[in-house]
Amino acid sequence: MPRVVVDVMLKPEILDPQGKAVQGALPRLGFEGISDVRQGKRFELEVDGELTDERLTEIHTIAETLLSNPVIEDFHVHAEPVEVTR
Amino acid sequence: MRIGVVTFPGSLDDVDARRAVRFAGAEPVALWHGDHDLQGVDAVVLPGGFSYGDYLRCGAISRFAPVMTEVVAAAEKGMPVLGICNGFQILCESHLLPGALIRNDHRKFICRDQRLRIENNATAWTNEYDAGAEITIVLKNGEGGFVADEATLDMLEGEGRVVARYVGANPNGSVRGIAGIANDRGNVVGLMPHPEHAVEDLTGPGTDGLAFFTSAIKALANV
Repeated sequence: MPRVVVDVMLKPEILDPQGKAVQGALPRLGFEGISDVRQGKRFELEVDGELTDERLTEIHTIAETLLSNPVIEDFHVHAEPVEVTR
Repeated sequence: MRIGVVTFPGSLDDVDARRAVRFAGAEPVALWHGDHDLQGVDAVVLPGGFSYGDYLRCGAISRFAPVMTEVVAAAEKGMPVLGICNGFQILCESHLLPGALIRNDHRKFICRDQRLRIENNATAWTNEYDAGAEITIVLKNGEGGFVADEATLDMLEGEGRVVARYVGANPNGSVRGIAGIANDRGNVVGLMPHPEHAVEDLTGPGTDGLAFFTSAIKALANV
């Protein structure tokens, strides 16, 4: 069963207070040298049947209408075979 | 005059909004997110709260609630619609209003009495205020930072669509101190602070919020 991953990130010009909070915690934990942290979202969509171009186009629409808000966020869609584990 | 107030799963201020409608002299009508029915109301309030637990993004899931199809269609025909706090977020997600609301720049939830200046008193929800009036109503939000690109901001300012601005220190990082905006017809208004919590002396910082609701009644009477 194919898996499609949608990554959503705030646009570079949009302030990310959550990322700032994470970055602020790093020196307190003894981790130095991280100049910025941006926090995003990863969606994993399990697709029934074959992953056709039509299905990918549809997932693009899903990413654009629900998963992201194009006013403040960018998204990236890519297919990922389920066999690949990390 | 009948003004509907939509209840979504997670709405908090629907009861206060209905009460404010009643105090203003109109009949409040409870509307349900799952209905394709506005019950013939003359105006709609989308109340504050945490609809759908703010999952995904504030207002992102509520935007697709069945009742929103009807609200968007009615708003496009000129029906007065006021979105307060989470309601403002839903209006932005619905593309009835431009821009978006993000987490407060200082990362803390804020809850306090807030001074505002009414910048546009020609909308369906602000016509009972004097131009430039300064009012005090309640502000309570975690994601109240209004953002939009520079071109959109210049367009909003140029067309007088900034309805209210924060007076004094910026409480949440909203660009240009924007607390509320309107659509181009002025029938749809989104406001981050809560006028429905300032409609009587006993339970709020005063009665400065009441005129939002009496304004809608006046706007409807003049149609």
